Amino acid sequence: MSGGDGSGGSDDVRVDLPLEEIGLSKHFHSWENLYTGQDGLALETIGVSKSFGAVKAVDRLTLAIPRKGMTSIVGPNGSGKSTLMNLLSGTLPLDGGLVVIDEVGLKVVKPYETPQHGLTRTFQEVRLFDQISVWDNIMVVLTERRPFAALLERSKPGHRQKARGILQSVGLWEKRDVMAQELSYGQRKLLEIGRAMALDVDTYLFDEPFAGLFPQMLERVKDLMKQIRDSGRTIVFVSHNMDIVRELSNRIIVLDSGQLLAEGDVEPVLGRPEVIEAYLGA
Amino acid sequence: MTALARRAFQPGELRRRAAAGDVKLWASLLILVWAAVFMIWQGLGFAISIGSVFAIWAILAVSLNLVVGYAGLLSVGHIGFFGIGAYAAAILTSNASYEQLRTEAIPTFAWPFFAALPVSIALVGVAAVVVGVVLNRFRDDIYVLVSFGFAIIAFNVFLNGRGLTRGAFGVHQIARPAIGGWELTGELEFLILLLVFLALTVAVSWLIVTSSFGRVLTAIREDEQAIEVFGYRATHYKLAIWVISAMLAGLAGALFASWTSFIDPNSFILLESVLLVSIVILGGLASIWGSLLGAMAFVLLEEGMRFLPFLPAEYVGQARQAVLGILLVLLMLFRPQGLVGRYRL
Ligand SMILES: Nc1ncnc2c1ncn2[C@@H]1O[C@H](COP(=O)(O)OP(=O)(O)OP(=O)(O)O)[C@@H](O)[C@H]1O
Ligand SMILES: [Mg+2]
Repeated sequence: MSGGDGSGGSDDVRVDLPLEEIGLSKHFHSWENLYTGQDGLALETIGVSKSFGAVKAVDRLTLAIPRKGMTSIVGPNGSGKSTLMNLLSGTLPLDGGLVVIDEVGLKVVKPYETPQHGLTRTFQEVRLFDQISVWDNIMVVLTERRPFAALLERSKPGHRQKARGILQSVGLWEKRDVMAQELSYGQRKLLEIGRAMALDVDTYLFDEPFAGLFPQMLERVKDLMKQIRDSGRTIVFVSHNMDIVRELSNRIIVLDSGQLLAEGDVEPVLGRPEVIEAYLGA
Repeated sequence: MTALARRAFQPGELRRRAAAGDVKLWASLLILVWAAVFMIWQGLGFAISIGSVFAIWAILAVSLNLVVGYAGLLSVGHIGFFGIGAYAAAILTSNASYEQLRTEAIPTFAWPFFAALPVSIALVGVAAVVVGVVLNRFRDDIYVLVSFGFAIIAFNVFLNGRGLTRGAFGVHQIARPAIGGWELTGELEFLILLLVFLALTVAVSWLIVTSSFGRVLTAIREDEQAIEVFGYRATHYKLAIWVISAMLAGLAGALFASWTSFIDPNSFILLESVLLVSIVILGGLASIWGSLLGAMAFVLLEEGMRFLPFLPAEYVGQARQAVLGILLVLLMLFRPQGLVGRYRL
């Protein structure tokens, strides 16, 4: 794809929407600046909004995330990072705008269709299936999706092998028979990442995967993420830890009050005065 | 790691785990021994009648546990499906020569029981789809209330749909099943039939909960939004298990109608539904064995109280409910997963 004109199918949409309406007037520099990456785009949002009562959690946000590599999303507390994740995965319905996953434009993102679009995620507040075993927490995302076929499916050797591999790579094989709720916080974070990894998709959204982890666990999570990246997949992660953001991500998106403050290569963006101000002001 | 190790080696933790294992074993043993002693003491006739009551409650409890324990949907409307199954079987088998004598005639089909049974179950299935689609729009507290509403509506239909149910007069002389020329009129034969259907119910339920489908149900119970992100349509799963569970309750209803040979709306009041939910919670959520134990304990409790010397017969019903209520409160306080359950509300 040639950098200037964006990705195929969604051209029309971009041309049709007035810049004001999709929140581009303020930060618009040039199409070149917004749509980058030799491998095309994994995700885009076009004028996406979400309000909770009077709070505009995400406000006419337009951004693009290139395929492959790691893109970090940063911003002060309450700037809309998690809300953006929830909109991308369909966990929250959009108030307006368009989400483009894998070059398919969606006004309504159905959560149960996101794996088909090549997307999965973890949650900031770690959402496991608490009262079932660690083993079942992984198995459940590997099995048959259609209800009636699932009724007839008993556990398959292929699924078991895969679950075993995942649990070994996150270091929880020994804990497989324990209920997920009995794990420590760090182990829970790892299991949730393992659960996402069990899905073979192109794009992984990780909401604060490093928050609250001790150094040893933190290294483990970093390694897992590098492993995913090195297999040619896309990672989008939210973090407050600037050292890790600098170390891991090749691209950064800065949000402030639900709007795009900056996006681009990590060092230049973090050096911009408005970004520094947003962080010092918060 | 260290935090976990520390927790694992705390003496209190070990004792707690040992105790947890013990409760399951001892509760099971206690109830089984209690049942055995009771039956030997009271003799065969008693064992047969108590066994039949147990089998019907057990089919209901196992089926309701699929919805409440595995899928996490706290329905208190299950008795409605029991009632629809019972009335469907009663009406489909109703006998013309008998019905002509009545002032208020209801349609007569005079089908044999085993022809009426699958049709009754199918009718319950259709009703369950309609109710399930409505219920799927609700969650948590509201879900409980709406399922309550369903039980009340069902009761009122039984009471006021006189053209079909003959209202408060009930349906009499409901046919007993016949296999070939052999009519199951004896109590022992009927008990065997009930136990066969209970075994089928347990087998079907076991196949469901140990399948991939069953695992998805538990995940829906734990976090519906999270499992959806992995490609499962929770509403489809919830509707499917709801209909299966209702059809099993319909089976219990049809068997019940034939067993008692007389039904009226009083068998399907809301209170029965609440008792049923108590049995399921008491025995243990997300455990088939728990529902069998719960049903057994409940029936023993009910029958056992007849023999309390200081309790006049007319208070047995109330006393049973009071005891069950107290047990439920104690259980919620000290053992929220029930006797042998694997999930706490
Ligand atoms: N479910 C909700 N109901 C009401 N308000 C919400 C909800 N979720 C988020 N908000 C509000 O929307 C705004 C953005 O929240 P969001 O969680 O997206 O921020 P964030 O950038 O992820 O913050 P943090 O760094 O603390 O995780 C905040 O003001 C928050 O209070
Ligand atoms: Mg957040």
